[in-house]
Amino acid sequence: MSKPEFVYVTYIETTPDKLWQALTSSEFSRAYWFGTELRSDWRVGSPFALVMGGTTSDVGEILEYDPPRRLSYTFQHVLKEEFRNERPTKVVFTLEPHGKLVKLTLTHEGFGGVPELLNAISNGWPAILSSLKSLLETGNALAIPLSALGTKGV
Amino acid sequence: MDIAKFKPATVYTTYIASTPERVWEALTSAEISKQYFFGNTVEIQQRVGGSYIVRQPDGSLHISGEVVACDPPRKLAFTFNVNWPDLIEKLGPTLVSYEIEPAGDAVRLTMTEWHDRPLSDDILEGGRQGWPAILSSLKSVLETGKPLQVKMGPPAKMLAALKELGIKVP
Repeated sequence: MSKPEFVYVTYIETTPDKLWQALTSSEFSRAYWFGTELRSDWRVGSPFALVMGGTTSDVGEILEYDPPRRLSYTFQHVLKEEFRNERPTKVVFTLEPHGKLVKLTLTHEGFGGVPELLNAISNGWPAILSSLKSLLETGNALAIPLSALGTKGV
Repeated sequence: MDIAKFKPATVYTTYIASTPERVWEALTSAEISKQYFFGNTVEIQQRVGGSYIVRQPDGSLHISGEVVACDPPRKLAFTFNVNWPDLIEKLGPTLVSYEIEPAGDAVRLTMTEWHDRPLSDDILEGGRQGWPAILSSLKSVLETGKPLQVKMGPPAKMLAALKELGIKVP
């Protein structure tokens, strides 16, 4: 198996259950994910969509749903012309208790020959997951405008 | 040392609810670094050519280096050489840079670890495990006033790879 092209690790002072809820609920994602809602019934094989201000930006399928340990879905951008015909990529979240903390590992792989897409998600995830950590630890997500990412967003 | 020879091996970005000045202070202050850097203390002379030192909790020298870029509160770069016998001879010097940029009401901190030659993923695992823990804790210190209690030792894969190269590890 080849190495995932993007790996991001962060440590959060929270519980696996709270982190799981934040990763699977629109109530949380709206706050830390640039206003994005997560739409799915979260059953393996079910559709998954990211909806931003009423517009679907990405669609996929739930691959794994093992609360509060492992969540995986495919991810295909449907808005921007240059990305919409690319093959779906794969996102995996792994949650591991680490003392009083939770270690969150995100991998995103399957970009094939599309470095622009990998570049866009490499800019997006650190902002999203930093904001998620802030939300869980302080009650407040970060106010990062999409324009500050150095990309047009993911 | 020819800086142009160095290539990025590991990049870690985090966004922090803080100001560039406070992030700079956290990266360069002995007192604050002790909270988030596994109990180690950063001692730095903030000028190009100044020394960069990381001391272990018992006061012993863990990492030593030299400042190669210093532009507060935007950019800091220094060599970052772990004081294990033969390590620098076998692996070459390590360079670390921090870039601090405003991002809306937050600050984007980008850490890049650079090397002047290709190193195996096993060797690079030390930084790839360490930096997310250190910088997650730094973010918590600045946002909540409290560091994270991240307990970890050097990764077994890295220690085994160093041993194979004949580098004595503690």
